[in-house]
Amino acid sequence: MTRGYSGGLRAISPLLPAVVAFGVSFGVLAQAAGIGAAASIVMSLTTFAGSAQFAIASVLGAGGTTVAAIGAAVLLNARYGPMALAAAGVFRGGKLRRLFESQLLVDESWALAQRDGQFDRRIMIGAGLGLYAGWNAGTAIGVMAGDSLADPATLGLDAAFPALFLALLVPLLRDRTVVAATLLGAGIALALTPITPAGIPVIAATAACLVGLRRPAAAQAPSFEPSPPARAAHPGEGRCPEEARA
Amino acid sequence: MNAAWVAVLVVGAATMAIKSAGPVLAGGRELPQGSARVVDLLAPALLAALVATNAFASDEALVLDERGAGLAVAGIAILLKAPLLAVIVVAAVTAALLRAI
Repeated sequence: MTRGYSGGLRAISPLLPAVVAFGVSFGVLAQAAGIGAAASIVMSLTTFAGSAQFAIASVLGAGGTTVAAIGAAVLLNARYGPMALAAAGVFRGGKLRRLFESQLLVDESWALAQRDGQFDRRIMIGAGLGLYAGWNAGTAIGVMAGDSLADPATLGLDAAFPALFLALLVPLLRDRTVVAATLLGAGIALALTPITPAGIPVIAATAACLVGLRRPAAAQAPSFEPSPPARAAHPGEGRCPEEARA
Repeated sequence: MNAAWVAVLVVGAATMAIKSAGPVLAGGRELPQGSARVVDLLAPALLAALVATNAFASDEALVLDERGAGLAVAGIAILLKAPLLAVIVVAAVTAALLRAI
């Protein structure tokens, strides 16, 4: 696959129609929920996270308190903490540059940037810029057009996102430990969905990487591409971020 | 200031802080030993959770609806080595067709 910024933009292009459509539906929903036109557009520009923004619109639209809306949105976005930490090593330049570049990290750009067990910063940025443009253009259209437009669910566009994540997940399933972490992650998320607020299931699923503690690196099945020397067996292998930092 | 603007400002600031904490504090530095394996396992665990919640969660309930059917068809397309665009399109078309019936 193509690398670099344009490679990221190309990688995200199949998903852009769905992203724009959901931006439009956020704009429409936000108007229905009484969030003003300017506030809706500024929210898409600054928060840039679909699920959290839909949560805010639905809580405020249902007459919920501001605190409840903020709490739901922050919980939903908390997953970006571990995701950004996992990618932290590849960010370059001064603090300000890293701060701005990290804002382009969302589920789709982060997932697409996983390449051969490495995180490709340029893919993330290219894909993130495409998503940012699509999401904000969609929001602006939705705010202006009102509810005269079709619901993206009618077009099946909500089914595009799990399909994307599955397509990106399957190539990672190289050995038993990864399969175990995958099944456990999905299991934790599904088990917690009915009993915890939205957002918690995905964060809790990160605990699935603890399965790495059970199996030493030597148990890894041979992969098709040669591992770089830095990834050879050493005592720190298979740890979760909490342990690795300790 | 109304509720919407308070939510915009607080959530916007919190999201920026959450996303940038790792890269700003640890960016450009080699992560501790074992970080490659951490990414290896964190990525599939999070992706699996995103698949599960995007396909089967509706607010705080588990549901089996057209998204699940779309995901199943997408899984077959992935096994047949279909390109990413085809995987996404067959999932969306499956869900749309089932909803139209």
